[in-house]
Amino acid sequence: MTNLSEKVMRIIFMLSATVSILAVIVICYFLFDQGLPAMVEIGVTNFLTGTLWKPLEGHFGIFPMIVGSIYVTAGAIILGVPVGLLCAIFMAKFCPKRLYGVLKPAVDLLAGIPSIVYGFFALMVIVPVVQDLTGTSGKGILTASIMLAIMILPTIVSVSEASIRAVPESYYEGSLALGATHERSVFFATVPAAKSGIMAGVILGVGRAIGETMAVSMVAGNQPILPDSILSGVRTMTANVIIEMGYAEGLHREALIATAVVLFVFILIINISFSLLKRRDK
Amino acid sequence: MKNYRHHPFSLLLRILVTLSAVITAGVVLFLIGYILYHGVPNLTLPGLFSWKFTAENQSMMPAIINTVIMIVLTLMLAVPIGVFAAIYLVEYSKRGNRFVKIIRVTAETLSGIPSIVYGLFGYIVFVITLGWSFTLLSGVITMAIMILPLIMRTTEEALMAVPDSFREGSFGLGAGRLRTVFRIVLPSSIPGILSGVILAIGRIVGESAALIFTSGTNPVVPKSLFSSASTLSVHLYTLLNEGRYTDQAYATAVVLLIVVIIINALSSVVAKKLSR
Repeated sequence: MTNLSEKVMRIIFMLSATVSILAVIVICYFLFDQGLPAMVEIGVTNFLTGTLWKPLEGHFGIFPMIVGSIYVTAGAIILGVPVGLLCAIFMAKFCPKRLYGVLKPAVDLLAGIPSIVYGFFALMVIVPVVQDLTGTSGKGILTASIMLAIMILPTIVSVSEASIRAVPESYYEGSLALGATHERSVFFATVPAAKSGIMAGVILGVGRAIGETMAVSMVAGNQPILPDSILSGVRTMTANVIIEMGYAEGLHREALIATAVVLFVFILIINISFSLLKRRDK
Repeated sequence: MKNYRHHPFSLLLRILVTLSAVITAGVVLFLIGYILYHGVPNLTLPGLFSWKFTAENQSMMPAIINTVIMIVLTLMLAVPIGVFAAIYLVEYSKRGNRFVKIIRVTAETLSGIPSIVYGLFGYIVFVITLGWSFTLLSGVITMAIMILPLIMRTTEEALMAVPDSFREGSFGLGAGRLRTVFRIVLPSSIPGILSGVILAIGRIVGESAALIFTSGTNPVVPKSLFSSASTLSVHLYTLLNEGRYTDQAYATAVVLLIVVIIINALSSVVAKKLSR
């Protein structure tokens, strides 16, 4: 009897473990099955490098969306990484213990806030400010980048902080003993040793920024055009899907799924580089 | 400020790190303060918490109930699978097994997929291919796949933290593997599993992109698994999309924020218990 239940449960455990494999296979199958034929029908180069997105007239070029996703993500990294990294250094090496007890939960809270709330906040606060300062509609690359920078801040801070803390104290002490100040020791002995961990944090941040949908679609302007300045409105790949999926039919719908396939490939590349970095870390 | 006169560069570095911390803390304070300031007065809008949703009151009560239903059903589906999968990985498989490696890689892949891709996947499979249209069940299954890697990873860590001497003691007394897992290993890793569950609840509460095209945007309490039901985050999305309900949107954002703060407080309580 016990022997039987041992065997049965063992099989149940194993089946549960295969669910994640199954899920990846099913997700890939449905995305590629529905997206690739459209890509072929439109023409792969036409689809990826075409600059005109007019579904009703049969123009399906997602190049502006690819560029849009890259621009807002790059903007988020440029704004978010310096602040996040320096904040992580502060938390790991400069922060008094009592202040840490407040700062750490605050950063964690930032990670838990729903993206729709970020979008709402950006719409109510960042958009009007950019509008006033520049005289444009206020929705565009700059606004989306500022908001995404805030959204990826907790990822950058917590991953960087953990990897800075993992550096052996002897590095820092050795540098102190050679006469360097506390700041110099931290910046030139400890932080460089945490480089690959920090990079991993940045890559995670890129993944979060490029996959962000709701918040970005609220403040990026969503014009499917090639942007000519950082104030110009853009549409990201994610926004393209969420905006038009509700009413798309036929080839149009498949083209949207194909957009998600391209996004998916981007994410896979990011994931692979993340795990390569982690492996090198060991 | 003792020695900085001779080390201007060090002073600069110190100013930079402090400034960054101030910016980060300032953003958090401002964001929360702004939403509370504009949202709390709107919590008293007539009918905002009435049981029935109408076009006039834009009540968020059904959305709150839907969120709870969504959390309970998703956890019922994902927690057993995730915990069992982790048990297999830690207690049953041999280390360095190829199968285990594939499971780890796929779980990692799952956790990196953006929610819009999950939403699209759910839409293609449940809404279109199976023809269910927008249903609670579509949303639940989509969310369950989304939080599965999280549950698996936290449970795995919790199980690995249980010292091998516990298992050896149990085996030594003649218990089988199954009994050891359920009587010895699982009970001592409950706090770790719980912390994963709390994180998962946070993700379900905050999710919107994956649910809009699976469980839909209908702000009423569903009659069955096959009716459409919007959660609180999706409700906020619909309010913003309409463009006329900014006051209600602020109030909804406040409720979401309070839920997130409670979840974070809970998870830090559990984390403290863990580190003891």
